[in-house]
Amino acid sequence: MNETVISAQNLSLTFHTNDGPVHALSDVDLTIEKGEFVSFIGPSGCGKTTFLRVMADLEQPTGGTITVNGVSPEQARLARAYGYVFQAAGLYPWRTIARNIGLPLEIIGMPRREQRERIEKVLELVDLKGFGKKFPWQLSGGMQQRASIARALAFDADLLLMDEPFGALDEIVRDHLNEQLLALWARTEKTICFVTHSIPEAVYLSTKIVVMSPRPGRVTDVIESTLPRERPLDIRESAEFLEIAHRVREGLRAGHSYD
Amino acid sequence: MRSFFPVLTVIAAIFVIWYVAAAIMNMPWERDQAERAKAEFVYSTALANTMSQERPVLPAPHQVAQEIWKTTVEKKISSKRSLVYHGWITLSATLLGFLFGTVLGMLLAVGIVYNRAMDMSVMPWVIASQTIPILAIAPMIIVVLNAVGVSGLLPKALISTYLSFFPIVVGMVKGLRSPDALQSDLMRTYNASGAQSFWKLRLPASMPYLFASMKVAVAASLVGAIVGELPTGAVAGLGARLLAGSYYGQTIQIWSALIAAAALAAALVAIVGLAGKLVERRMGVNR
Repeated sequence: MNETVISAQNLSLTFHTNDGPVHALSDVDLTIEKGEFVSFIGPSGCGKTTFLRVMADLEQPTGGTITVNGVSPEQARLARAYGYVFQAAGLYPWRTIARNIGLPLEIIGMPRREQRERIEKVLELVDLKGFGKKFPWQLSGGMQQRASIARALAFDADLLLMDEPFGALDEIVRDHLNEQLLALWARTEKTICFVTHSIPEAVYLSTKIVVMSPRPGRVTDVIESTLPRERPLDIRESAEFLEIAHRVREGLRAGHSYD
Repeated sequence: MRSFFPVLTVIAAIFVIWYVAAAIMNMPWERDQAERAKAEFVYSTALANTMSQERPVLPAPHQVAQEIWKTTVEKKISSKRSLVYHGWITLSATLLGFLFGTVLGMLLAVGIVYNRAMDMSVMPWVIASQTIPILAIAPMIIVVLNAVGVSGLLPKALISTYLSFFPIVVGMVKGLRSPDALQSDLMRTYNASGAQSFWKLRLPASMPYLFASMKVAVAASLVGAIVGELPTGAVAGLGARLLAGSYYGQTIQIWSALIAAAALAAALVAIVGLAGKLVERRMGVNR
């Protein structure tokens, strides 16, 4: 079980803009083990999305080192080691749901029959069975986001990177999807990195919560959750849950100078 | 069907204005005739006559309609006086030119999007090409190609190409660049090759832009074909009918060729629009 998936040391990333340099990440150290569910929480501009994009080789760090599955992010990307879920569903509107989910499979050149089987399987995983022939606009926002998760699951990478996947959804749908995501995580035993700005969401989902603060983007606290892996929705009213939530809030406040 | 009544109203208004204008513009000739014959000028007779002159300044709509009927339905298609014959000659050049223009436009657009050097260098030339009056360049194309032994359909088609590739390039470049950062990042996370990104993302995303451009291009293509027929000495085609009509003062012939050209353009644009709709439906557009 103890297998390091993500390992970052002194990781820094500075964007050079017209208004001068922006330190999106500054001296970030973090280790993520296989099978963990890690949430990144912090106010906007704290570099949580940037960190995720560095793991995915969508941004290049300007300092420090990072490995994904023991190799560089680029090698990990070339080996298709992760599935990425963006803030918006980002389904291609001209493809049906099934063909959207099949897109990564087409790209890796999987045989058609195998593609169909995988698509059926992941549609079932995200509870969208029977919607394969629909076009994205025929689905609600929550269903679209589930389809985009199915797409990220399609080629069965062990690492799932999720960038505020439920940020644009209402609370009821969000609760439901959080529950489903936990069930999915339990079933598939994937490692999940999850960016959010919701404290309850972070505490409810995670085995590890990384609290970040802006200007420069850095890690201010890493909280190992003491909650059991099995989590019904009403665990959010337990004392233990509230205690962790309190610590997260403290961490956020400490890192935020309100200047 | 809701637009039926407004469209009908506009058409009726056009006809009214047309008839009134025909009466006013053809009247001086009637006055002149009466004067020469030293006959009494009877206004009502003259007014009636303005509707049926042989070479009116402005032919009345029914005269044009009669001419079109005579030269399409009543003439054999192979006859040199058949509008269908001339229409087909223009149409074939239009279609060939449109095909060339679309292919050339798409290739240039792909080059511009994928090659930085082409992006910097080609676009200004493409725009400059359209600032040259087509009437100036068309005779040169005809003459130069004729000198190397190419005549007939191809030179006209090339003039059509010259006019029609431009909207395709502009629309297609915009369409190929239309995928947003998220859609492109997705391809990157899949480690997709450039060709895969093109076929599975950029090309499908550009389709609505392409069809909008093709509508403009097909109409421009027809204009090109007609202009291409003017300097050839008016042998055949709608352009030739226009030119011959103006040589011999056959205004009715000019107008019938004009109407035929307009109808052809409308039909071509409608066909491209329909093709676009079919493609969009296959691509799941909600409309």
